[in-house]
Amino acid sequence: MLSTHLPALQVVLPLASAPVCLLLRHPRHAWACALTISWLVLAIAVMLVQQVAATGTISYAIGAWATPWGIEYRIDMAGALMILVVATIGAVVLPFAGRSIQQEIRKKHSGLFYTCFLLCLAGLLGIVVTGDAFNLFVFLEISSLSSYVLISLGCTRRALTAAFQYLVMGTIGATFILIGVGLLYMLTGTLNMVDISQRLTEVADTRTIRVAFAFVTVGVSIKLALFPLHLWLPNAYTFAPSVVSAFFAATATKVGIYVLLRLFFTVFGIGFSFVAMHVGEIMMLLAAAAMMVASLVAIFQNNVKRMLAYSSVAQIGYIILGISLASRDGVAAGMIHLFNHALIKCALFLSLGCIFLRLGSVELQDMRGLAKRMPWTMAAFVAGGLSLIGLPLTSGFISKWYLVGAALTDGYWPLAVLILLSSLLALIYIWRVVETAYFQVPGAGMPLVKEAPASMLIPAWLLIGANFYIGVDASLVSGIAHQAAGILIEQGVR
Amino acid sequence: MSELLGHYNYWIVIVLMMTGFYIVIARPNLIKKVIGLFIFQTSVFIFFISIAKVEGGTAPIIEEGISVYSNPLPHVLILTAIVVGLATTALGLALVVRIREAYGTINEDDIHVQDEER
Amino acid sequence: MTVLACIALPLLAPVLITAMRRWPNPREAITLLTSVGLLLLVSSLHDAVLHGSRPAIDLLEPLPGLKIGFEVEPLGLLFALLASFLWVVTSVYSIGYLRSLNEWHQTSFYCFFAMALGSTMGIAFAGNLFTLFIFYELLTLSTYPLVTHAGTAAATFAGRMYLGYLLGTSVILLLLALIWTWTLAGTLDFRSGGILEGIVTPGVAGILLILFIFGIGKAALIPFHLWLPAAMVAPTPVSALLHAVAVVKAGVFTVLKVAVYLFGIDFLAEIPATQWLMYVAATTLLLAALVALRQDNLKLRLAWSTISQLSYIVLGALLATPLGIVGGGMHIVTHAFAKITLFFCAGAILVATQKTRISEMHGLGRRMPITMGAFFIASLSIIGLPPLGGFWSKWFLALGTLDTQQYLMLGVLLAGSMLNVAYLLPIPMRAFFSREPGNPGDSGLQEAPSACVAALLVTTAACVVLFFFPDPVYRLLQLLVQG
Repeated sequence: MLSTHLPALQVVLPLASAPVCLLLRHPRHAWACALTISWLVLAIAVMLVQQVAATGTISYAIGAWATPWGIEYRIDMAGALMILVVATIGAVVLPFAGRSIQQEIRKKHSGLFYTCFLLCLAGLLGIVVTGDAFNLFVFLEISSLSSYVLISLGCTRRALTAAFQYLVMGTIGATFILIGVGLLYMLTGTLNMVDISQRLTEVADTRTIRVAFAFVTVGVSIKLALFPLHLWLPNAYTFAPSVVSAFFAATATKVGIYVLLRLFFTVFGIGFSFVAMHVGEIMMLLAAAAMMVASLVAIFQNNVKRMLAYSSVAQIGYIILGISLASRDGVAAGMIHLFNHALIKCALFLSLGCIFLRLGSVELQDMRGLAKRMPWTMAAFVAGGLSLIGLPLTSGFISKWYLVGAALTDGYWPLAVLILLSSLLALIYIWRVVETAYFQVPGAGMPLVKEAPASMLIPAWLLIGANFYIGVDASLVSGIAHQAAGILIEQGVR
Repeated sequence: MSELLGHYNYWIVIVLMMTGFYIVIARPNLIKKVIGLFIFQTSVFIFFISIAKVEGGTAPIIEEGISVYSNPLPHVLILTAIVVGLATTALGLALVVRIREAYGTINEDDIHVQDEER
Repeated sequence: MTVLACIALPLLAPVLITAMRRWPNPREAITLLTSVGLLLLVSSLHDAVLHGSRPAIDLLEPLPGLKIGFEVEPLGLLFALLASFLWVVTSVYSIGYLRSLNEWHQTSFYCFFAMALGSTMGIAFAGNLFTLFIFYELLTLSTYPLVTHAGTAAATFAGRMYLGYLLGTSVILLLLALIWTWTLAGTLDFRSGGILEGIVTPGVAGILLILFIFGIGKAALIPFHLWLPAAMVAPTPVSALLHAVAVVKAGVFTVLKVAVYLFGIDFLAEIPATQWLMYVAATTLLLAALVALRQDNLKLRLAWSTISQLSYIVLGALLATPLGIVGGGMHIVTHAFAKITLFFCAGAILVATQKTRISEMHGLGRRMPITMGAFFIASLSIIGLPPLGGFWSKWFLALGTLDTQQYLMLGVLLAGSMLNVAYLLPIPMRAFFSREPGNPGDSGLQEAPSACVAALLVTTAACVVLFFFPDPVYRLLQLLVQG
């Protein structure tokens, strides 16, 4: 009985338990509550994935109001992959949060932190499962508003300005999406995405629909930090608490990409998005620019967190590049990288969190000779870094393999070269850290730090382990991604 | 001409939207930015209300002899959106308060200068 | 199973070596035992392969159809035999070398050394190009700490060059070629006769070939050769085994594998780009030899000489004729023995006299007659004079050029040998026939530690033995070209 309500439960559970964390004043209790919820959410996500794999797309009517009048929750293979990513990262990051938050956030705020964290989790999951365009906007705002708060909790005052900057850009993006949804509603008279897509064919030639498409595309692109709309991201990731950076890098932008996929393929269809509006060419250009420019900028950063933030912008470029090919292989490659990059970047940010816990800084110059003091942390960083570069036997290699393969199959060999060139840039910025931590001698006044606690190392190494596992046997991820891409393309061709 | 004037509500939407957008971009004062953002959002609310209008329709209450109603759904949507907008504004203002506490100013340029100094 | 053991043994040895880090003697004993064990394991495969069996094993399948698997074929066996034999010798040598120089971090040195050998075995026995690529990258990564072993700024910089060139070429060019081949042919397995013939036009195959040949940065073709001189900051045993044998030979070995098993000799001959790449190889051969002439640092001169000699092998592969392939394969072996001897000598000179510059080596032959004698013999082998092993490889290469009417290339080969004479022979001449300025008298014998001397005597002897008994090598290579 319960199993039929899993799609709703997935969102309602974190949403409803968020205030509980606020009421539990003691940080440990709030943490325990959030941790339990996140693990339950993961369990639900796993069950949902199994359901989708067994029975195909799940459609769930909220409050039993029939579609298209009621709100429909709709989970297909692509959605299942996304909730798996979000729920996994949430469940892995929270055990880490206990120690990290204790140090980085004032005690009286920690209840608030877990509340916002659960709200953000609920919002992100809601975005993925909902099949209703306006509901999507609401969940987007739930996750965004809570993420502004989460970022502002960072321990320097620059976190405040970063959060404000993100608030302004995020709100503009969300409002753009709202305008687009309004225009779509104007012409189709429905908010259900599948319903919109069916009615859209009659009015697809109107200027209104083109404007609607432009508004939602730009709005979502701000949310997912597509170059050159990424300006909020580096500051937000740099000054947010370590856990928040790790969580966002792995989930927030990825969910944005998922929304983009839904729009291009499910709502508007390939014929409109890629043939009539040429969004493929535009996205391809922007993605290629992101890969090169952001990687180059990352090389010159001295704050390692900021470096990884720019690297995230570049990696988003890879994912968008795969999607812009609008072929089954390309979209599948993009989704594989979406999954892999979530694991890689989260692990990297978590190891930086360990460093910040002991060192109180993530500046490159403070990390001299750190490998001797914190061997496990630095080893995790190197392993994640190698994966980011895309060396064989890591998940990053699998992504690159599929991306380059898709680009070559579709005849875009310069893109293939760019992808590989950008990996080389990744090698340079990762190696700057490696050289500093392994080959330089610590400065005179540097504190004698010890290894990070196990509660923080284990989550990081779990992700690294998953990372290597995928590198050795990617059949599961690539199977899900190809199936999901197949469904998306099928929906898109009409 | 009637084309232009007949759609005056949309013109208002566009003017409000651009005003709000301009304030967000051009004003260094963070409070004004928040206000601009709110105006920007409000314009979209008006836009939604406009599209709900049905020629000759009345409030959607079933009544004898009335067959044309205006569309109630956008109203409901906008109720939600107003809540979201309010929450955003409140959060924005709260952040400005904290920024003022930390930097002693709410001028964006001064904040930049202070950040560069460090 | 033996195949897996060959790869796993050196990869797992570091565990024991680290466990013994406080007791130097047991630690070195483990290195020696591992290397001897490896040699025995590899040799046990020899007879089976010679009689036509090809032991194979598939390990994992990261992507559908893309396997990590191993297969023993003649060329790989030859390479594995070479590397494992020379590892035994080098282990003896490094014990003498490291102890007398009192190097730091000896444990990690032995660990990474063993891992590098494990990666080399992986390359040698790789059953498909994907597996080969994995171990190719692993070899780069495991030798990186050895290059930066000294820990100085110069070593760090050299490490950057090393990684930049090797990872850069392999990630951008080789990986691109790999994925492209995969999308075209749907497989990366090594098959005799190649997998590309009939699937792609010679034009496309030409682009692929260019990507492959330049992508294999370990083969050190111009313009991707500068990592090799940079890597000379490493301790001499590393330069000897890894940068004269394992790493660089892994590069040319990959070139040969790609030529024989991916393109196929017949198809390779039809590709127009082959001719152009041959000119690149010839240019590298001559230019590197000319640069070697001007080097005063002995190790650097040897490094440039290695670049030049590697091009002989690439040239042999590109001749696309059985004789050229046999010549290239022979040269892998003969050059390995000769060059490792030269490096051993360079190390021995450093240990005994702290000298690294050729201009300081006047009269050294009187103080270190064994070392300099070995140096002389190995030089002759590199030049290709009988009665030394190097003669055979140059002989077959020359026959290959005649076979394909590449008379220009024959000229290049001969000119290269002349340059060998010019940059190698002055060193022993100076050592034996001129006196140290300001020190007219004999200062008596001053040889390196006996472990070092013993090692270099073994390899020198091998140079001679190879001339009289080239048969085992030849038979394996014959199997390779017959398919």
